[in-house]
Amino acid sequence: MRQSYGKTLVELGNENPDIVVLDADLSRSTMTQLFAGEFPNRFFDCGIAEQNMVGIAAGLAASGKIPFASTFAVFAPGRCFDQIRMSIAQPKLNVKLVTTHGGISVGEDGTSHHSIEDLSLICSLPGFTVIVPADAIETAQAVRVAATSYGPFYVRLCRPKVPLVYDQDYRFNLGKAVTMRQGKDVTIIAMGLMVSAALEAADDLMREDIDCHILNISTLKPIDKVAIISAAAETGAIVTAEEHLEHGGLGSIIAQVIARHYPVPIEFVAIKDTYAQSGESAELLQRYGLTAKDIKQAVRSVIKRKGG
Amino acid sequence: MVTPVAPCQQWRLTVVYCRLLRHKPSDPQWSDRDRFVLSKGHAAPLLYAALAECGYFPVDELLTLRQMDSRLQGHTDRAVTPGVEMSAGALGQGLSFTIGITLAGRLNSQDYRAYVLLGDGECDEGQIWEGAMAAAHFKVDNLTAIVDNNRQQIDGWNRDVMNLDPFNSKWLAFGWHVIEVDGHDFTQLIDAFNQAKMVKGQPTVIIAHTIKGKGVSFMENNPYFHGKAPNAEEVEIALKELE
Repeated sequence: MRQSYGKTLVELGNENPDIVVLDADLSRSTMTQLFAGEFPNRFFDCGIAEQNMVGIAAGLAASGKIPFASTFAVFAPGRCFDQIRMSIAQPKLNVKLVTTHGGISVGEDGTSHHSIEDLSLICSLPGFTVIVPADAIETAQAVRVAATSYGPFYVRLCRPKVPLVYDQDYRFNLGKAVTMRQGKDVTIIAMGLMVSAALEAADDLMREDIDCHILNISTLKPIDKVAIISAAAETGAIVTAEEHLEHGGLGSIIAQVIARHYPVPIEFVAIKDTYAQSGESAELLQRYGLTAKDIKQAVRSVIKRKGG
Repeated sequence: MVTPVAPCQQWRLTVVYCRLLRHKPSDPQWSDRDRFVLSKGHAAPLLYAALAECGYFPVDELLTLRQMDSRLQGHTDRAVTPGVEMSAGALGQGLSFTIGITLAGRLNSQDYRAYVLLGDGECDEGQIWEGAMAAAHFKVDNLTAIVDNNRQQIDGWNRDVMNLDPFNSKWLAFGWHVIEVDGHDFTQLIDAFNQAKMVKGQPTVIIAHTIKGKGVSFMENNPYFHGKAPNAEEVEIALKELE
């Protein structure tokens, strides 16, 4: 994902001289270094000062530039929430925050670097568009769409390599959920690296005669209500899956849509009300309940409730 | 918060707009305009009055200040007020924003200048010093910061609440060209603005020593009036003294 982001920035930089990039001393990890290498005069390393980076990005946007500002997801919005609120969201400036190292799959760096609240924070800001791509192909597409659509964007990437769930012909459609698989018994609504886990879970569940419908919500805000409501109507049960706290992320947003428009049983695969710890990415996902196995368990539970 | 002592400083901002900035009130988004960023957003009424006098909107509209549906919000809002460059009010954010404006000007080979008005109390915020470091690092010599150095903040004198001294040396140490002026002296202010234009390779800060509530005997240097409106009797006395 990160490599894909860096390469796409370079392409965009070639296409549009108004694209500028900022980083906060993490350009080797966020991969904005690829842009820095090609366009040194349009790259601004702000040092370890995220609040200042956000303000500079806002000033660039107010002067007609299209700034991409990157750091780890735990530091933006976490470290600079008020700056994002007042300098970007309130005046609706054309700043693109693309953060990497979302979630707990960051791994060994531990709690200080695990971003599990970022989506809740950023979705709370009026006017922000929030995208969580599922793989490298969708990342490239989403970054392109962010560059060409006016307004504040937040794109959240993760650290580890994730399996491709899309082919090269895929075209990201802003604000539209993607049907990854047709099914009739339950809908799994997944985001980010949980999409491949959902696909794996659905294959296994087929052997138990459970036919899963799978939606990838990559645009978390504004959410595709139509797709969610029709999935609820057609399958009668929903499981959400995200690499984020249970509160304030995908599950919360879907629950609000469902409660208002088409109430059906829902189960949530997400991090419970806790911080994680150091460990390998796969170990952490397993310990904190973010695997295909956890999705299968949630599907079985929700189907029971549906039957009851 | 309303800042009743601000109107006493009104003439200074109007002078800045009328005499020192290159701008077109008929075209607030003119790409080559000089930018004036009010970082201390609570001084919004001063800015509104200066903008109205320049013709950005009718002077009568000033009476709608802080009322429902007014374009003149309690703190500045760039989305609704013509001529307002930045939404401010959460202190400490204006310098960073202004750096972005100056970097864009440099990338575009535009010769506009950007000015940012900071409060001295506002310089308690860490982001100001992140910005101070970055402005010098990026050598934005098209940026001038002006600090309204009235030595007071809401809870009292700066030196008692959070000491900023030595203020001048802090900016010097961060790599800025520093000019100190009597903020109530037109000539000194204008000279400082012109001197800043000549400085190459580093940003300039004009530390304007001011007296809060200047010209109104009972408001001068009285932190009591920082965020408190005078009563009717006090207004009458103040207006007489300012005549």
